[in-house]
Amino acid sequence: MEILMFNLLGGLSVALALGAIISKRPVNSAINLIGTMFCLAGLFAMQDAHLIAALQVLVYAGAIMALFLFVIMLLNVREKVGAESRRQPYWQLLAVVSAGALFVPLVTLGGGKILKFKEAASGFGTTAAVGRLLYTDYILPFEIASVLLLAALVGAVILTKTKIR
Amino acid sequence: MTLALVETAAKIAFVFGLNIGVFAPLLGWVERKQSAVMQDRIGADRADVFGFTIIGLFHTMSDTIKLIFKEDFIPRGADRIMHTAAPALALIPALVAFTVIPFGGHYTLWGHNVNLVVADLDVGALFVFAISSLAAYGVVLAGWSSNNNWSFLGGLRAAAQMFSYEVAMGLTIIGLVMFYQSLSLVTIVEKQNEFWHWGIIWHWPAFILYFTCAIAENKRIPFDVPEAESELVAGYFTEYSGMKFIMFWMAEFVEVVTISALCVVLFFGGHHLPFVTDAELISGLGGALYPNFANLAAMGIGILTFIVKVIILIFIQMTIRWTLPRFRYDQVMALGWKLVLPASLIWIFIVGVGILSGIMPRP
Repeated sequence: MEILMFNLLGGLSVALALGAIISKRPVNSAINLIGTMFCLAGLFAMQDAHLIAALQVLVYAGAIMALFLFVIMLLNVREKVGAESRRQPYWQLLAVVSAGALFVPLVTLGGGKILKFKEAASGFGTTAAVGRLLYTDYILPFEIASVLLLAALVGAVILTKTKIR
Repeated sequence: MTLALVETAAKIAFVFGLNIGVFAPLLGWVERKQSAVMQDRIGADRADVFGFTIIGLFHTMSDTIKLIFKEDFIPRGADRIMHTAAPALALIPALVAFTVIPFGGHYTLWGHNVNLVVADLDVGALFVFAISSLAAYGVVLAGWSSNNNWSFLGGLRAAAQMFSYEVAMGLTIIGLVMFYQSLSLVTIVEKQNEFWHWGIIWHWPAFILYFTCAIAENKRIPFDVPEAESELVAGYFTEYSGMKFIMFWMAEFVEVVTISALCVVLFFGGHHLPFVTDAELISGLGGALYPNFANLAAMGIGILTFIVKVIILIFIQMTIRWTLPRFRYDQVMALGWKLVLPASLIWIFIVGVGILSGIMPRP
């Protein structure tokens, strides 16, 4: 059952990710990407990481991709955009080679040959467990990330303001 | 195994039937009849069977039949696939959000434990927000795929408004989560067993903020700028007809029910009767003598209490709709970002201070 679900979700997410790259219309690409995010959330949920799964849907599928779609529609991006670069085989070759290069460490590390992963403790992935980790062991990175986000927020506001009093 | 499957299927059927079968058509009628009463008109009273009109209730049937047989029209230049998928994308999140809302408590029936919620998730409240954030897609895609400028503007307005209020809506219940120390809606309801632990007692400012955000998120009057008739014909669903048109309405009505149900669960004690705990109710019904029937009766009372509370909150939402005029677009945005968002942040701070200083004792 678990293997079946994993293959189903994994295969679907790969197919949708391919669809996001291949489809010619930006809106279709965005919708395919939303589907990919959903499948990833499903994979997280299968690993008992319910909080991560919910956040994946809330933040990525719900907020970020909605903003993508909003911008695509606001700028009214139709086909043809990006068609120039697609014609140059040089760039295509480079993309394939760099993606393939990423595959090598993934296969060797992920296969459990070099990295040995520990068995997850009970209660792993619940809201309480993740929250406790964030506020104890990882408090410094957590706070730094929030300061970083705040800086980005202020920066975005200043960039869009034409006049600052 | 089979028993669990039957139980889950029964719960899904109950939730689905309650929303699509009872509330969605009935709210269509309530909206017409209530507006008529409030505006001193007679309202829907023409559909009759052998001369009986039963205060216009047959209109729900005649409307449904009419909409099923209407021509399904897709405008020229529209994106056919997106145009067809959009109403479903608007309706599905509204229905799915209901799966984590408990409409009753725990009961033991003939040795079998029944927990009246379709899916008891650890991240329940977060799940509701995650799913309802997806409702924007249906609306945005409907506006975009119709190939109509009014629809498009409506879709953009809806998107901007829904994103804005989503942020504030998530923040309004953080104080409540801090108070009950859980994101699971089942646990939150269990902790409201006693009347003085109901969310509304301490968290009424959060309730007002949440209710405002929820109505704005659902794009109903006074926040219905995405479908403002005087500006945008009908907004994002201008180019829809027949059942697809009514699916947007159904999505809106189901969301009205979901908002009310979530309010009941978070602020009004869920299925609990005021001043009577579940254990007291079961023992009062003769739990010692015949426990199964007492549990069954308590279950019925619990579900009924829940539905009555939901109906009261739906009625408040409907009354707001016929009371207030529509805000201007910039007013909607200013209210969301400049008033509701800071207010909910301040409320989180106040709750934090209250809990730490012991003024707000946690249940």
